[in-house]
Amino acid sequence: MPNYTLNINGTNQSVTTDEDTPLLWVLRDELNLVGTKFGCGIAQCGACTVHLDGTAVRSCQMKVSLLDDVKITTIEGLSEDGKHPVQEAWKEIDVPQCGYCQSGQIMTASAFLNENSNPSEEKIREAMHGNICRCASYNRIEKAVKIAAEKM
Amino acid sequence: MKLHNKDNFSRRNFLKTSALAGGGLLIGFNFLTACKPEATMPVDVTSLNFNDFNAFIRISDEGYVTIFSPNPEIGQGVKTAMPMIIAEELDANWNKVRVEQGALDTKKFTRQVAGGSQSIRQGWDALRQTGATARQMLLNAAATKWNVDVSTLKTSKGIITNANGDEFNYGDVVKEAALLEVPEDVKLKETKDFTIIGKDAINVDIDKIITGKPLFGLDYKADNMMIASVLRPPAFGQKLVDFDDTKAKAVNGVVDVLKFGDKIAVLANSTWSAMKGKKALSANWKSEKPESTKNHDEILTNILDGKKFNTRREDGNVKKAFTDADKVIERTYHAPFLPHNCLEPMNFYADVTADKVHLVGPIQTPQWTVNRVAQLLNRKPETIHCEMTRMGGGFGRRLYGDFALEAAEISDITKQPIKVVFSREDDMTAGTYRPASKYRIKASLKSGKVSGYYLKEAAINGNMYGAITNFFPAGCIPNYKVDTESHASNITTGAWRAPYTNFLAFAEQTFFDELANELGVDTIQLRLDLLQNVKNTTDEKIEYSGQRMEDTIKLVREKANWGNTKEGIYQGFAAYYSHNTHVAEIADISLKDEYPIIEKVTVAVDCGILVNPTGAKNQVEGGVLDGIGHAMYADFSFKDGKPEHKNFDTYRLIRMQEAPKVEVYFVENDKKPTGLGEPGLPPAGGAIANAINAALGQRLYSQPFVKELKKNTVLG
Repeated sequence: MPNYTLNINGTNQSVTTDEDTPLLWVLRDELNLVGTKFGCGIAQCGACTVHLDGTAVRSCQMKVSLLDDVKITTIEGLSEDGKHPVQEAWKEIDVPQCGYCQSGQIMTASAFLNENSNPSEEKIREAMHGNICRCASYNRIEKAVKIAAEKM
Repeated sequence: MKLHNKDNFSRRNFLKTSALAGGGLLIGFNFLTACKPEATMPVDVTSLNFNDFNAFIRISDEGYVTIFSPNPEIGQGVKTAMPMIIAEELDANWNKVRVEQGALDTKKFTRQVAGGSQSIRQGWDALRQTGATARQMLLNAAATKWNVDVSTLKTSKGIITNANGDEFNYGDVVKEAALLEVPEDVKLKETKDFTIIGKDAINVDIDKIITGKPLFGLDYKADNMMIASVLRPPAFGQKLVDFDDTKAKAVNGVVDVLKFGDKIAVLANSTWSAMKGKKALSANWKSEKPESTKNHDEILTNILDGKKFNTRREDGNVKKAFTDADKVIERTYHAPFLPHNCLEPMNFYADVTADKVHLVGPIQTPQWTVNRVAQLLNRKPETIHCEMTRMGGGFGRRLYGDFALEAAEISDITKQPIKVVFSREDDMTAGTYRPASKYRIKASLKSGKVSGYYLKEAAINGNMYGAITNFFPAGCIPNYKVDTESHASNITTGAWRAPYTNFLAFAEQTFFDELANELGVDTIQLRLDLLQNVKNTTDEKIEYSGQRMEDTIKLVREKANWGNTKEGIYQGFAAYYSHNTHVAEIADISLKDEYPIIEKVTVAVDCGILVNPTGAKNQVEGGVLDGIGHAMYADFSFKDGKPEHKNFDTYRLIRMQEAPKVEVYFVENDKKPTGLGEPGLPPAGGAIANAINAALGQRLYSQPFVKELKKNTVLG
């Protein structure tokens, strides 16, 4: 099996795996970064969202062989101490119910806010539409993104 | 799920203590039952024995309190709320309380189940007694140390103070407390003195959730663990004939392929390899009695048209009421099957060795699962240890341990630790679905009143259980009858968030809306008038309170400005008694290009004392949106036994832009708390259906609504 070097959360990591292995499973199974979640495997739910060079992408669709020149950020590397404004807002609003989708929600929200520091309610709802929360904590997600925008 | 459970609380021997070798006090206790007289307490926390005690409190020398919370956490907030109740009576400092999920299963514990919104309701007395008893022991120890009368001492936030103003931290007296007798009678706090209950407490796992720490079943790992991806019969009623695993075995990382029952497991050293290996399998199946949605529709209609029913409740003379009526109205409502779609797909870890079995994973029914694994593998339940992880949603699906049994069976064959991991497609196609059902409701109107009510239920695999037939509107209408009948199907079905009432509430509440229109009375007033009849009922079977329902309805009426909204807003109302909690909801809808947009749902809830307001609101907000999402969009069908929807590209869940604002108000009272995991959901479908009718003049009789709305002109 081929070997790949990936830049994850600022560190180069070496993995040996099949070229078609999605980044999601490299993170979870090979590198023990289990904060990135598996929900659907077809880019519909957003639970596996990570940043590639700051852009939110579905890691279940990213083949490991195509990631040699990008900086990958996962929920574990979003901040050093869990104090990214989005993480803090999530805590302040007490967003999670089961909590499973929330790292994906946080990754989508943080990439979005980097591009839109002062978003309208409509833009927030549009940006977060791709991430499913099965517990439907949508009211709180919306509130938390608003608060995070103020903090950023 | 049983809704009737005795709340009797035996104080004798329910609690034992020991001094911990590493310092601190350990208190072991058992819910609802006494623990075994011979039960011994461990002296270090690594050997906690959950067979005798199902929960523990550790108080360290520094006064830190760790509560090993016993009930499985599926997102309903009990891992936060149950410890809050203990900490309240213990008078602990909530900032010094840590909560850990207890890994437990015991014959003694009658309710270690997350389901039916019953954890808080049934744990309330036992949790309070436990906290209060522990506090009394610390007080007694302090009184001895100071040589003063215990009645002169006070506690606050983990500090004991005497008349001179001297202070002990709880940690200062734990050594002495461990040696004392457990007091028999302790005084509980007055609700007005609560300092923790009723204050917002953030989810105890919040830091782990927002930083992506391992927490869920899918995150669990063990040395030498293999991942098992299982190929199950693609259609219900199918059996495995033969299979070819040549290509599967050639996949990198695949270690073994094995058959068990009518299923084939691919074992690999990574999830991706296991999933690829499964896709590379080819198998032949033979079908037995495949069922399709079309058949179900006919079968259920035939049941409703037929004469064979079980009568679940009967008051007065329904037949006579219909004969004497000024007018009779009859409507039929249809619900499709629904998968649960927990966002964390089903998974479970099992390590079966010669003398013991270790199970780890997300499960709502640990004790039942242990017993079933014991039976399957012919082992003694005490040799099976089950650890619960946090669950990425439950909604009823994780009541059924089929995935745990699969894991145990595979590990028993391979003698290796393995974890079964479902793909989303596995999760959606190997479900225990909310069964399809039809309701036919008939009412008689006489002299401006509802004089008779006859509800027939036709369902797949079983019917609503006894208590539900005693929910609102039972007791409100003099001539009242509920009949049920079911069709046995080979499609596996089971509880789905707010079982039965998740659809029944829509059917009944939209039916009442039609009756109000027919009678020319305000739809809320009709409910209030009906409730007068149940207020003084002597029928002990009636589950709900007419007065509490009335208060809840009046609160939502006021908060939603019923009848006084701005132009272009159409309102719909529904009220329901669900899982021991009274709920009323009003939906506000506007129209955009003739298509209804749900702007807001106002909710009033009577769940007794609010333990954790932020958690409570979160549950209700989510329950309402979940109810709207499934009523509006969720459709699930079968063709020749095969599910026709497999993933979120063809099965629609509610998303952010479809989610209205939910405003939640609680009726304030001192009643014993009831649960909130389910109650917000049932009235939501009825409230929006009634609002849609107000806006468009179109009644909805089946879910999902979008299908009916499209079929009937709205979107052309």
